[in-house]
Order: sequence, then structure tokens, then C-alpha cells
Amino acid sequence: MSELIDRFLNGERRALARVITRVEAESEEGRELVRALYSRTEAAHTVGITGSAGSGKSTLTGGLAKELRARGKTVGIIAVDPSSPFTKGAILGDRIRMQDLALDPGVYVRSMAGRGALGGLAPAINDVVAVVAAFGFDYVLIETVGAGQDEVEIAGTALTTVLVNNPGTGDDIQAMKAGILEIADVLVVNKADLPGADTLASQLRALLSLSPAGERRPPILKTIAAKDEGMVELADAVDEHRQFLRESGGERKRRETNARHQLLATAQAILLEKIRQRTEGGNLESLVARIADRELDPHTAAEELIATLNLG
Amino acid sequence: MAAAPSSSNEKIRVLIAKPGLDGHDRGAKVVARALRDGGCEVIYTGIRQTPEMIAEAALQEDVDVVGLSILSGAHLELFPRIVDELKKRDVDDVLLFCGGIIPEEDTAALNDLGFAAIFRPGTNTGDIVQFVYDNVKR
Repeated sequence: MSELIDRFLNGERRALARVITRVEAESEEGRELVRALYSRTEAAHTVGITGSAGSGKSTLTGGLAKELRARGKTVGIIAVDPSSPFTKGAILGDRIRMQDLALDPGVYVRSMAGRGALGGLAPAINDVVAVVAAFGFDYVLIETVGAGQDEVEIAGTALTTVLVNNPGTGDDIQAMKAGILEIADVLVVNKADLPGADTLASQLRALLSLSPAGERRPPILKTIAAKDEGMVELADAVDEHRQFLRESGGERKRRETNARHQLLATAQAILLEKIRQRTEGGNLESLVARIADRELDPHTAAEELIATLNLG
Repeated sequence: MAAAPSSSNEKIRVLIAKPGLDGHDRGAKVVARALRDGGCEVIYTGIRQTPEMIAEAALQEDVDVVGLSILSGAHLELFPRIVDELKKRDVDDVLLFCGGIIPEEDTAALNDLGFAAIFRPGTNTGDIVQFVYDNVKR
């Protein structure tokens, strides 16, 4: 493993690719790699790009990366596409929209399958983001699965979240609903050459004007990602948000919020695995049967299950 | 390196790529779809890929398998260059296969290049999935 880490620290992209595969497998070896590299992950600015399927996330991610490259910055991209709930297979097609970056030595693009995770990301996403950041990129862009109304996990992973909207996809009541709009640090109206772009932008603006006074209002940008229009403004908006986080002390706060979220989620996963290991084939089965027979309610049964861990 | 205990989380990753100038990618998509349904994670990069782009995608995505689709007749021109580009990047442990309009008389040359199988029109997609599972290098 240390040979792999040496090659990784030497800047070998093949080593980075291999490390991600190990980390994504959630194996013991993958965890050791994360442990060894985690202290190096702080410098990168992480940017989440989310929005509904077909809204232009991949094209926008590619366009933003190109603009950041023009500014002399290096970029790692993690693009998540969904896995089949039935076969667990996946088609990962985000690279198609990022052809211009294919041979740029300052860009690394990795496609990831969602592998059944809820919330628009993948089970190992935080660990993969950590190792990509540790490789030394200035920016790590994370493109989510097509997200609808409440896939807000990305805000617990990235420091800046860009929400991509399109004209003609619902009225302002859609936008008023709780959920994804609340996590946006930068709002983008993509495909702004379609009818309704100005209406959508003003609806979003009107909506944001209802936010409590003193709260930061995310900027609203119009882009046509397929023509690389608006990418300068987008890169500026991302940097402005980063600046805002730094000056307001928000960066530290957000890192802590994200750390808390990741810690508790990971602890939950470990506990669940322990419970499964200790009770599968025994206690678990008998409790399942008793719930199915309505002898026991799920909550009481779960308490009993957890008691087997002797947490006190 | 010790084998990871929870390797059940490891998926076979396949790059399906179309080198050269022909723009007809139905075959590539059918194969990508079949592999998806077979439980693989398939990276599809679209048409008109240069040998460098294909090799670079294989490296960055750390795939186990590369499948090339070609209809233009330029396979003996392009495939050796792709194999070279892979070697240049030390990507030497992937399973290679190809498909499309490829004359029988080119089979030996492609096998020598390292292509473990050639799938021509009329192939049962199930055979391709089976081939991948039987031959993937782990």
C-alpha cells in the first residue's frame, strides 16, 4: 500500500485512479488509504453542482472547469450517475459532455456510480472527494445524480453548492417548496436561450427577496453552458462565495457541519454493520418474525437489537 | 497487495469507446446497455474519440475492461495506436475486446495486438457479458 501512496504523492494520475477504486470499494485497504491521505485534503475548494436530469450539469461542470483552467487552476471532477436498482449496473455518460478536457493534464475526471445511495451522491463520495482533494487540485467539482426536490446531500459534502435550473420547468410555487433551493449558494438558470429564462430568473429573485434580512442571497446567473456562455461569471460567483465563507468565518463552520454529518453517517453505517454481523441468522431473524406476526413493534424490536451491542 | 476483505463492493468497470470518424454508435450503445444490465459500471465516452482520449479515459476511470466499436474499416490503423497509448500510460492490465465491421482475415492481427475477442454483427449480447465476466483480470 505504501508504494501506491508514494506514487500518489508523486503526482501519478494512475495511482490516484487506483486509490479511488480501492476507496470506492469501501474495503479495509481503502479506509487505510483515506486515513493516510486525509490530512492533505484541506486546500482544495469543493464545489457541488446539482439540478434535475438533463438540466445541463455535466456541460456546466465542463465549462466551469475550462474557465478555471484558463485561470491557471487545476481541477478534479467527480461525476455521479445512478446505478440500476435491479442489476446494480450503471451507464456513466458524463464524460461525453467534457470532451474538451479529455487531454488536459491539469484536469482529472472520474465517473462514479450512485450504488444505491439516496440523496444524489454515492456511498463512498466523501472519501473519494477527500482523496481527489489530497492529490492537490485547486478545485474539486462534484456533479450529482439528477436531483429533484430534496436530494440535498451535496450540501453536506461541498463548500459551495451550485443549483442548476432550467426555464419551463414549473412555476414559482415549485421554487417555494422546501428542499433543494435552500442549499443553493449560487443559482444558475441554464439554457437561458430558451423562452422563459427571464421569467424564471425574476421568479427566483422575488423568492429570495422573502429570505430573512441579513441572510446572504445567492446570486442568480444566466448561462448557456453548451455555448460556454456565462462561465466567467459562474467561476467568479464560486470564488465570491468562497471569499464570503472565509470572511464570515463560514468556511470553518461549514467544514464542521459537514464533518458532523459525515461522522454521524459513518458511525451509523458502522453500527448497522456490527448489528448485522452479530445478529444475522439469530436474534435478527427472530425479531423479524415477531414483528411480522405483530407480536412486537419495530421500535421496541430495534431497541432489543441495539441492546445486543452492550452500549450501556 | 493483500486482497480486500469486502470485495463484494467492487464492480467491473468497462470503458466502451468509439475511435475514428464514423458517427454510428448504435452498436456501442447496445453493448453498453447489455453490460449495464449484466451489472457492470459502463463508462461511455461518445463518438469520434482519438487514441489518446481513449487511453486517458481508461487511465482516469481505472477500468478493468476496454471495448472498442468501429465500423469505418480503420481498425488496423487505429487499434495499434490505442494499444500504444495505453502502454505509454502503463495501463497494461485491462481486458481488451472489440466489435463492429471487422473482416475475418484481420482476426489474427487483432489477437496479436491483445484483443481477446472480436464481436461481429449478429453476436448475442449475452455472450459479450459472459466473455467479460469470464476474462476480466482481477
